[in-house]
Parts: sequence; C-alpha cells; structure tokens
Amino acid sequence: MSDTIENRLFQNRYIVDTGQPHIRVTPHETPSEALQSMVHVCPAGCYSKNEHGQVEIVADGCMECGTCRVVCQDTGEIEWSYPRGGFGVLFKFG
Amino acid sequence: MSNTTRFDAIVVGAGPSGNAAAYTMARAGLNVLQIERGEYAGSKNVQGAILYADALEQMIPDFREEAPLERHIVEQRIWMMDDKGHTGMHHRSDDYNEERPNRYTIIRAQFDKWFNRQVRDAGATVLYETTVTDLLRDAQGRVIGVQTDREGDGYYADVVVLAEGVNALVGQRSGLRPELRAEDVALAVKEMHFLPQETIESRFNITGGEGVVIEAMGTITEGMVGTAFLYTNRESISIGIGCLVSDLSRVGKCSPYQLLDRFKAHPSIRSLLEGSEMKEYAAHLIPEGGYRAIPELAGDGWIAVGDAGHFVNAVHREGSNLAMTTGRLAAETIIDLHRQGQRCTRQALGAYRKRLENSFVMKDMKKYKDVPRMLEKQGSTIMDLYPRLMNGAAQTWFRVDGRDKKAKENAIVKAAWHARGLGLLGDAVKLARAWR
Ligand SMILES: Cc1cc2nc3c(=O)[nH]c(=O)nc-3n(C[C@H](O)[C@H](O)[C@H](O)COP(=O)(O)OP(=O)(O)OC[C@H]3O[C@@H](n4cnc5c(N)ncnc54)[C@H](O)[C@@H]3O)c2cc1C
Ligand code: SF4
Repeated sequence: MSDTIENRLFQNRYIVDTGQPHIRVTPHETPSEALQSMVHVCPAGCYSKNEHGQVEIVADGCMECGTCRVVCQDTGEIEWSYPRGGFGVLFKFG
Repeated sequence: MSNTTRFDAIVVGAGPSGNAAAYTMARAGLNVLQIERGEYAGSKNVQGAILYADALEQMIPDFREEAPLERHIVEQRIWMMDDKGHTGMHHRSDDYNEERPNRYTIIRAQFDKWFNRQVRDAGATVLYETTVTDLLRDAQGRVIGVQTDREGDGYYADVVVLAEGVNALVGQRSGLRPELRAEDVALAVKEMHFLPQETIESRFNITGGEGVVIEAMGTITEGMVGTAFLYTNRESISIGIGCLVSDLSRVGKCSPYQLLDRFKAHPSIRSLLEGSEMKEYAAHLIPEGGYRAIPELAGDGWIAVGDAGHFVNAVHREGSNLAMTTGRLAAETIIDLHRQGQRCTRQALGAYRKRLENSFVMKDMKKYKDVPRMLEKQGSTIMDLYPRLMNGAAQTWFRVDGRDKKAKENAIVKAAWHARGLGLLGDAVKLARAWR
C-alpha cells in the first residue's frame, strides 16, 4: 500500500504556469530549522536539500495547502502566493 | 461585464461558505459577483467529506433531488488505535435509512460545482480562474472592492464577503487579520481509492445507498495531535490523516504521506482497501484553533465567513456546515442592511456576530474553546498513551488465559497507574473541563 510521492502526484492534474513559480525560497547560507523541516513536512515533497545544505523548492507538484507559508512565516525565507487564476493543482475529487 | 459595474456584494471564493453567501444574496435579488481562483468551483478544494444535510437544507430544501451525494451514513465507528489493532465504539441504526437522511458522504469537487451552479442559476455572476490579490479602499480606509490578477481596475461593491478559506491571504495581506499560528492549523492528506460498488458494500456490510464512516486516533499519529478517517463513497473510499502543523514541523522527520501509508497498512485498515486503485492524492489545511483563534469577523465594507473565520468544530469533525451557516448568516445580515438602505459599516455588520451567537455555530465554538489548548499540552498523552492503555486493557480483559477476573482488573488498573500515576486524575479533570 505504500507509495512514492512521485506515484501519488502522478495521479493529480496540474496546469503549471511555466516560468512563474508561485513559491520561492529566498537565497540563504544556512536554512532555519523551520525551513529544513519542510523537506519532510511538505505533503508534495517539493522541498529538498542541495549539497551545500541549502533548501530548494520545485513547486510543480504543490497542492497549494499553505503549510510551508505558515511554518516559515517568522523566518521570511519563503515568498508565497497563489498561482495565477486557472493555474496550479486541479482536483477531480478533492 | 464592464469593470465599472458596481455590485451590491462581491464574494471571494466558491467553497461552501462563499456559495452559501452568494446563493442567499442572489436569491434575495442582490447583484452579486463571485470570484473563484480555480478553473471551476471545487477544483482547489479538499474535504473528507461528510456533508451535514441541515445546513444546506436551510437554503435548498430539495437539494437531495439533484445534488451529487454519495452515500447516507448509517454507521459510525470511532477507533482508538495502537500499533496492532483498535478499540472503539460503533453505532449503527436502521433509523438513518430515512426519507431525509441527516449526513452524506460527498466528493467535494463535484459537490462544489453543483452548489456553484445553483448560485449562478439564482442570478449571481461568477468569474473563474481569477485570483483576488487585494482589497480596494476609499480615502477613509473602507473596503470598496477587490483587485484581481486579471487586467483592469478591479471590481467595486458595497461589501466584500471573504469566503477565501483557511489560508485567507486577502484578509491577511490587507491587515484585517493576523497570520495563522502553526498550533492552530492541521495539515491533512487524503487519497481517493476506487473499488467496485459491490466490494464496498460487502466489506462494510451495507446495501443500497448506505454508508459507513470511521474516525480514528491513536498511535497512528506518532504522538502528534491528529486524527485519521475513512469514509465510504459509492464506488470509492476516501482515506486521510491530519496532524497539527506545529507538531509536524517540530518533529520535522515525519512526512504526512508516510503517516498515511502507515495508516493504510495498519492491520485494522489494510483489508478494507485491498485491491483498490488510488486515483488522487490531495492535501489541505484545517483551521483547528477553535473559538480563541477566530479573527475579527467584520469591518467597514467587509465580512469573513467559513474557514476564513476559523469556523471548524474539530471535536465533531464539522466544518462545511459551519461554513454554509456562517455564509448564510452573513448574507442575511447584508440583505437586511441593503433593504434598509444602510451602509455596511463595521457597526452595522455587528449584527452578523449577534446572529452567530444565537446559532449553534458560536455556541459550539464556545463549548470546546479549551480543547485546543488542552491538546497542545496533553497531546501525546491523549493521542498515544491512552490508546495504548485502552487496547492493552481490552486484550487483558478479553483473553481467556486462566487468570481470574479480579487479577485482570488489578492488572489493568496497575498498567494505567504505572504509565500515568496521579496524572490520570489530572487528565480526567482537564478533559472534563475542556469538554464542559
Ligand atoms: C481533509 C479534510 C477533511 C474534512 N472533512 C470534513 C467533513 O467531513 N465534514 C465537514 O463538514 N468539514 C470537513 N472539513 C472542513 C471543511 O472542508 C471546511 O470547513 C470547508 O471546506 C470550509 O469552506 P469554505 O468555503 O470556508 O472554504 P474552502 O472550501 O476552502 O473554499 C475557499 C474557496 O476560495 C477560493 N479562494 C481562496 N482564495 C482566493 C482568492 N484570493 N481569489 C479567488 N478565490 C480564492 C478557493 O479556491 C476555494 O474555492 C474537512 C477539511 C479537510 C481539509
Ligand atoms: S503549499 Fe503545501 S504542497 Fe505547496 S510547497 Fe508548501 S507545503 Fe508543499
């Protein structure tokens, strides 16, 4: 029953706004603990750590839940907005 | 529609709260504009989902004839889980096979689309694929309309109904409300699993349109404050789990989908899902901070409803009904002012608060106002220790192994005492107080 995050997201429909990511991680040397926790907490697995220990995001699979925005609100490491109208995740069932 | 049209009301969002507000106002003859960022109403929305008929019936008495409903609930299972099993309560009655059933499972994307069609049929104008980015204000700071991500000068109205859901970016970024605290929101993930109708009916011992819901808590959330659910739809099963965001980020090592995987693999759940095909994976926040987390609900030219007003009763898993009811009550407040030719000032909209106080909405929110704080402090005891103790006690009690019953009783009491000592009493008092 267990499944990879890729297989899960593969089931979903997205309309990606190419070149216009709706979430950005601001450049940093060392990520805060809050930002680091997102590597695990993001339900779409959008966050990862690179070889320098910095946290990066690829928001294509984002389900727009807002969790990372809430977790990192005090650190200011994330710029978060909704995708432009009509873009982003498109739930068939929800 | 030209941008210079002035509306009686603008509704931001087409979830249950926005649809209820827009529908009620449009039916009363107000000129309503509703704005939704999704391609269609429901395309961004996630719910378990149980629909509570009463809230909808107040607006659309014959909704059962047309609304996309899955199953009416005849059985409720509440499970306290440990790693190997569960102990709990089941309640089932043939009385729920009634002419106007009280609770249904629904599929939100389909339901919202239907509800939103009623809004349009009632005469409201609905704009899709449009995100509201800001509020427009006059020189005195009163809200007079909204700015969107479409080209143009925005749209103007006497009042803006913020039905934008839990993230409530418009309200926050306009300074009408504070940002959500991580302690006050749960992150839930959910999957849709498809199975043939007959398989679901035989596995859950149901026929026709009957449905079963399972609500579960316990070691499945690894000591974090959270719950899991499994709901039967006609040809699918909705299964999900959610935990407080503060707990998830503090632990920092637990992915929500791993929790869901473990829940699905649990011996009590596994066989219910066997052979199913997963067709969607979704995630959404739930506002669970309760009464104390309710933000300012109205001001000059604006009013907040549904999840944007933090209206969720987490103890009873109710949200969509509070959303619909708050949406309707806000609309009725606005309709009254409109008919009296009064402006929607902060003071005039205060009547909304009074309507809320007189309804089950605020009464229930107040009743459980201390539960979130209690869970913040006692979370792991309640979510982890007690389910273990209960399951241990049940095993001690039900196994027939030559030990006499008095010795078994002593063993059960001793296990609880050993685990929690005098804390047991304190927990009981705190729980009773929070529940009162
Ligand atoms: C996993 C899960 C299970 C749940 N189970 C149940 C249950 O079984 N029963 C129950 O009663 N409740 C349940 N709830 C709670 C319930 O789903 C919510 O309380 C309810 O959806 C709130 O309705 P709403 O209209 O206020 O917000 P939403 O349904 O979130 O609707 C908000 C709408 O506004 C739109 N929007 C947001 N921002 C903008 C913007 N800037 N511009 C334009 N549009 C915007 C969104 O796209 C969305 O359509 C559950 C919630 C979750 C997450
Ligand atoms: S909004 Fe949710 S899904 Fe999207 S990146 Fe943030 S945590 Fe992940």
